[in-house]
Amino acid sequence: MQNTWLFIGIFIAVAAVFPLLPIVLAAFVAPRKPNPIKLDTYECGIETVGDTWVQFKVQYYIYALVFLVFDIEAAFLFPWAVAFDALPLFAVLEGVLFILILVGGLLYAWRKGALEWS
Amino acid sequence: MSFWQDPIGFLGEIIRNFLFNLLPEAWATFIFTLLSVVIVASFGLIIVIFLIWVERKIAARFQDRLGPNRAGPYGLLQTFADIVKLITKEDVVPEKADKLTFNIAPILSVVAVLLIWAVVPFAPGWIGTDLNVGVLYIAAVGSFGILSILMAGWSSNNKYALLGAFRAVAQLISYEVPMLITLMVPVLLARSMGMMEMVQDQDVWFIVLAPVSGLIFMVSSIAEVGRTPFDLLEAESEIVAGYHTEYTGMKFGLFFAGEFLHAFTVGVLFAIFFLGGWRGPGAEEYRLLGMVYLMLKGFLGYFIVMWVRSTLPRIRIDHMLALNWKFLTPVSLSLLVLTAILDKIYGETALRIPALLAGNAVVLLLGYLIMRAVSRRQTKERPTFKKRPVAKPA
Repeated sequence: MQNTWLFIGIFIAVAAVFPLLPIVLAAFVAPRKPNPIKLDTYECGIETVGDTWVQFKVQYYIYALVFLVFDIEAAFLFPWAVAFDALPLFAVLEGVLFILILVGGLLYAWRKGALEWS
Repeated sequence: MSFWQDPIGFLGEIIRNFLFNLLPEAWATFIFTLLSVVIVASFGLIIVIFLIWVERKIAARFQDRLGPNRAGPYGLLQTFADIVKLITKEDVVPEKADKLTFNIAPILSVVAVLLIWAVVPFAPGWIGTDLNVGVLYIAAVGSFGILSILMAGWSSNNKYALLGAFRAVAQLISYEVPMLITLMVPVLLARSMGMMEMVQDQDVWFIVLAPVSGLIFMVSSIAEVGRTPFDLLEAESEIVAGYHTEYTGMKFGLFFAGEFLHAFTVGVLFAIFFLGGWRGPGAEEYRLLGMVYLMLKGFLGYFIVMWVRSTLPRIRIDHMLALNWKFLTPVSLSLLVLTAILDKIYGETALRIPALLAGNAVVLLLGYLIMRAVSRRQTKERPTFKKRPVAKPA
């Protein structure tokens, strides 16, 4: 048990080193001739107007909210699916009820127009 | 267990004995784990070099071209030439960019995909680490990719990059929902989240028990990779190059490599969850054979991704979101419910396969009928225009 997570821990470190290597190599090999125009924001040759970090469409945020519901649902339902053999039919139906409540949430968001892009 | 039956296990045992005789136990464990980590991780990266060539060659064939054919036999060395080129390119970091985030993002995009390979079961006994929560781990680690795209787009201080990142949030987050729900179906059928058990439980491939779930998993995975028809986050004709507009040289190359590896990983995951992983004739005795089967099946999934990519045009953002929230999510939820109930009732009997197949067919048919009814209603509501006379050439 300890070893399986040790593997993941080392894997994260090694997986970070592998893509780091070519970047470090490039830092030694690649030319470095910066000038103000090169370092400017790239917009196909036109100078950028105003601030980049402006207000954005609120719709993106609403989708993220709806996603959150289902993401948490998944975290709850995975154990339910694993313990499937040990559950009697009643417990399975209870899990189904849980899903149906979430479907109710999805329908609510749908009716409210949260899923419309406009 | 001879060398030919299990070459990696055979060599691994020799190295393990050697290390444990030479070093104290803690150090030996550490070094042995490090060795296996390096083997698994470099396997993932080496396969990318091969994949880029394969994809360019096959995409070229789809478009009636030859593809790379100059560097080496059949252009096999093209990718190496590209790597040399990318490394010697100047690395431009925009002045206004958030430097730290800007530099971490491409690394994270590769790490996120590479981490999945830690739990890929290559053959019986050949697995990085057999986590008992493997599927949950894949879902968790896969989400890092979204984070890297968001970081790249946000820190570039470029409007197009930021737009790409916003689209990424809307798209990748949305498609994660049906992907997670359809992932639950194989978990439920195997009664386990461990990747090895998942494969061992597939006496009948899960694509037979849950064909529609497999289809939805494939579609939402393609969206997760961000390939055509779901490549809105890097739509060239609309937002320059999307989230990696400001990246040059090797940093761009890492995003590129991460995407290719992700596409193949999706194929491999599809093979593990639905096509029986390494299972095939003789895989139990000769483990190398199991790995060959997995790679072949994974490549089949990858080929489907490429095929879809070269066939379909990009879809509009509202269509993309509507497809996810109004079709894939309800269908995958009803599939999960149906699979749970049917498997509880018929799970132990001979009726398991026909019952589950019938359930899938019913859901697919209902989904299709509802879609057709809705689209007909929308067509009726659409405003009609009078035909104008067309000027005819004299």
